[in-house]
Amino acid sequence: MSAIPTSWERIREEFPILDQQVNGHPLVYLDNAATTQRPRSVVAELDRFYARDNSNVHRGLHALSMRATDAYEGARARLTRFIGAAAAEEVIFTRGTTESINLVAASFGGANLRRGDVILLTEMEHHSNLVPWQMIAQRTGATLRYVPVTGDEGLLDLSDIDRLLTPEVKIFAFTHVSNTLGTVNPAADLCARARRVGAVSVVDAAQSIGHMPVDVGAIGCDFMAFSGHKMAGPTGIGVLYGRRALLDAMPPWQGGGGMISAVDFFESRWKPSPERFEAGTPNFGDAAALGTACDFLDALGRERVREHDGALAREAYERLAELPGIRLLGPAGERGGLVSFAFKDVHAHDVVTFADEDGIALRGGHHCNQPLMKKLGLASTVRASFYVYNERREIDALVASMRRTLRFFAG
Amino acid sequence: MSADLSDLYQQVILDHNRRPRNRGKLPTANRSAHGDNPSCGDQCDVFLRLDGDRIAEISFDGSGCAISQASASLMTTQLKGKTAAEAEKLYADFHEIVANGKEPEEISDLAAFAGVHAFPARIKCATLSWHAALNALHGEPVAATTESHTD
Repeated sequence: MSAIPTSWERIREEFPILDQQVNGHPLVYLDNAATTQRPRSVVAELDRFYARDNSNVHRGLHALSMRATDAYEGARARLTRFIGAAAAEEVIFTRGTTESINLVAASFGGANLRRGDVILLTEMEHHSNLVPWQMIAQRTGATLRYVPVTGDEGLLDLSDIDRLLTPEVKIFAFTHVSNTLGTVNPAADLCARARRVGAVSVVDAAQSIGHMPVDVGAIGCDFMAFSGHKMAGPTGIGVLYGRRALLDAMPPWQGGGGMISAVDFFESRWKPSPERFEAGTPNFGDAAALGTACDFLDALGRERVREHDGALAREAYERLAELPGIRLLGPAGERGGLVSFAFKDVHAHDVVTFADEDGIALRGGHHCNQPLMKKLGLASTVRASFYVYNERREIDALVASMRRTLRFFAG
Repeated sequence: MSADLSDLYQQVILDHNRRPRNRGKLPTANRSAHGDNPSCGDQCDVFLRLDGDRIAEISFDGSGCAISQASASLMTTQLKGKTAAEAEKLYADFHEIVANGKEPEEISDLAAFAGVHAFPARIKCATLSWHAALNALHGEPVAATTESHTD
């Protein structure tokens, strides 16, 4: 395994992609909520794995297969520690957050939901924590309910939670940090409330896992989903955490090799978790490098990452608030590492196009959050999202670019 | 400002974005169609009053970036009075302009959109209203989406 950087001062050297010019300007990468960049150590681990250990995992009796299996299961053990799970059997590798949530919805939801049951969501869910539940609701006859969002300040309105979170609720799925608002939801409190009515909790940690300490024991969730590529890890790999007792009672959601204990011509028996939920050749190369991403984040200190990203987002929020005609979304105080806003007279896509000319990577659109945008009366917003390598001078560049764009469209 | 960007945001486009022509629902419309770009959230409704084969009146309504709004506005000024066949031809020319930067055969404000071709992600912004207009024209009051077309 390659050396892990621990220095915040030289952190940008760990991300060679940042050292480039875009449209004649130094790249200012502020699209981290969509995907973060990967440090040298993660890319080096991918290279090392494929150069030295690559072979199919499990059941292999030769040296390379055993090494690849060690790398894959070692990564599972690393992720287990990273999120504070009780055992490696609780960590299932998936393609990412979306697949993780689809797995819970199809397997747990398919086996447990009945007509009359309720799935409770919030109005700030990403489509990935919304559409799978709509699909399983249609299949099972369950219905959906939503915890409302207060408005532009973007908090969950819990004033009516006792009327929403009733014993009919079998699943309460919510995001830890909103990808559109930056809101950090009180995950532990929400999970405790779910437990009291006998509902299982599903936490979408896509926007929190790479930015703050996340411990499934402290949060008290039954399931948690996240992606590697939003935490300095590779694309195409993610995790579903599930409590062992729940996973053991769940049916497989895909069939194939690796997930069976015995196969007959007419029926098969399943292995326990995690194999039961990992049919087919798993993505072991990216899993190994995801373990390296965990090392990288722990070496930096996840509490410090939270402070760093949050401080940049709060400063950006305060400085952008000075711009004419701006509408800022999400809470003014504590927030995750992103800020989302709209201008009265300039559309988000025009803003993003102008920023790109200044070498600044932003995202404009509905951020896979159409129902929330509709509720807020917005078609799209501009989003700037920060990560460990971003600096205050990049907020200067962002604000200057916004001013230039506003001047241009003001004519 | 780069040449590409000033080509994209030409004065004609900025003018139509600031002061859109024929915007709003057309009370006398006998055809209409809705278009959207699901990936960016742009929406456009086009309303037509067809008089035989000819577009007697046309308007649009919707929300989106400067390119999409200006394109819709300019389109209404270009399509008014045209027959279905002329409208089809005009769209074919317009598509050549935005997709390939081809200069129009006749002098036309549509040439202002030639800069779009340097920004492939924005081509669908420029064509959204046209798709809706053609759908309305053919009496298909169904949602147009540029993402099912090969722009």
